[in-house]
Amino acid sequence: MASQGSVRVSAAMPSASALGRVQRIRRRYLGAFVVALGILLIWQTLRFTLNLPAYKLPDPLSIIAEFTNTRPTGELVALSLLYDLLVTWSEAVLGFALGASAGFVMAIAFTQSRVLERGLLPYVIMSQTIPILAIAPMVVVGVGQMGAPTLLSKAIIAAYLTFFPVTINALRGLKSVESDALDLMRSYAASGRDTYVKLRIPNAMPYLFTALKLSATASVIGAIVAELPVGSNEGIGSALINGAQYNTFQPAYLWATIITAAALGLLFYGVIALIEKRVVTWRVGE
Amino acid sequence: MKAEDKPQSGAVRTGLNGESDSSMNAMDSIIEIQNVSKYFGVANDGVTALKNVSLSIQPGEFVSLIGPSGCGKSTLLRIIGDLLPPNDGKVTIKGKSPSEARQDRDYGIVFQSPVLYDWRSVRKNVELPLEIMRVSKAERERRALQMLQLVGLNDFVNRYPWQLSGGMQQRVSIARALSFNPSILLMDEPFGALDELTRDRMNIELMNIWSQTNTTIVFVTHSIAEAVFLSTRVVVMTPRPGKIEKIIEIDLPRPRDFETRQQRRYFELVTLVRESLRESL
Repeated sequence: MASQGSVRVSAAMPSASALGRVQRIRRRYLGAFVVALGILLIWQTLRFTLNLPAYKLPDPLSIIAEFTNTRPTGELVALSLLYDLLVTWSEAVLGFALGASAGFVMAIAFTQSRVLERGLLPYVIMSQTIPILAIAPMVVVGVGQMGAPTLLSKAIIAAYLTFFPVTINALRGLKSVESDALDLMRSYAASGRDTYVKLRIPNAMPYLFTALKLSATASVIGAIVAELPVGSNEGIGSALINGAQYNTFQPAYLWATIITAAALGLLFYGVIALIEKRVVTWRVGE
Repeated sequence: MKAEDKPQSGAVRTGLNGESDSSMNAMDSIIEIQNVSKYFGVANDGVTALKNVSLSIQPGEFVSLIGPSGCGKSTLLRIIGDLLPPNDGKVTIKGKSPSEARQDRDYGIVFQSPVLYDWRSVRKNVELPLEIMRVSKAERERRALQMLQLVGLNDFVNRYPWQLSGGMQQRVSIARALSFNPSILLMDEPFGALDELTRDRMNIELMNIWSQTNTTIVFVTHSIAEAVFLSTRVVVMTPRPGKIEKIIEIDLPRPRDFETRQQRRYFELVTLVRESLRESL
């Protein structure tokens, strides 16, 4: 009897844990799913009750159908938008990498020198009060004229939005080290480098990733804004301008582009969140 | 616990009340504190944490610093360990300045909070000072495992700090402090955050560790029972300004264990320490 019982238990185990996983996923995403459903429902009802024309608000189904239409060039909309997404993403990723590195290096420099922090931090903050729409054309055109590839000139705008949260959060993480932990390093006669590599930087990791997730979505916005002024014919930014121009004839295209832009932001966020899970394996804040 | 015969460090017993003269045997002391003063804040308006404190500690001693909050016992510990500079006076460690002693890695330090690194496993936490001291990987691992065995955590080597109880975390912290075999162990209320039963057990363990290594221990505590049970000498300190009120020789026989706390002499000494603390207020 006893052995039978244990067999039954062990046989029940895998399915129970599989059920647990399904339940966990359901619990996690159910809320977001319900909200999406609710928005679509309100959207569809509004369109019918107010009898809005499609150029003001196309219905959700026609937007989804738009992905299967062809462009005037003969290209499938889904493929052309996927191409735009990849173009924008490459600009965003490059900008993200540049901005995050610059932000992190700046944070380390600030912890090294009080003078540097006091002198530069106000300008770091001020940099984010300047409307990006105002400086994007100047930077993109200016850097382009200096002979830089267009990818780089757009990535610089993405980097501009990326570095700020990284600087601020990394600075907090590097500084939020217990004084006892620093005394401990001192008692080992640890070098300044060891104090960073073995204490301050690992301690800053959870803070850094919070910033990187914010920056991932911001870098996408930066790349899109950078695409607007140059009259290029690739990237989500140019697709948005195209869509806006032909909105009266083909309203669903603009919306399909907006959805693509949102999906890219979400995708980039997800990638960083996955990396975070691999890197920050410890529990924070006891 | 093995029978141990720690040298009673040359400190001279003076009669039944157990008081001794700290200025004796200054020549062969491992820690020599001469007229040390420490002020915090602005001159004339600050706090005098320590005023003209002198104390000499012999190799292999277990000295407890006890006193009410503000008596400067933690400050004194930090000055010994070169974590704070004194404003006045002189500290000599093995004939060197505290700074030189720190550069020579003479100090192991244990704080009230374990200060373990969340991102490191138990073993990696113990290896931390050895990594900094550029000890080879194989040797680091060997010593970490040896130290974890000493504190009875060999089954928890690959766990992470948050998976351990407070008592276990503090044992990791002790293993880490001992991993590089420092000649002086500075402990700042290491068991202050533990419940009394865990604290009693940790006291016995610390006794064992002390008798197995030849470490000199300076131990800051609020607990009279703990100080009497562990120490070779108890230094009673008083606040405003922080100074040494009395030094009491603890002549309880060794090895000490749970039964030590039942002995008449133990109660006498506890009473003696308590009375000196009361006189000081």
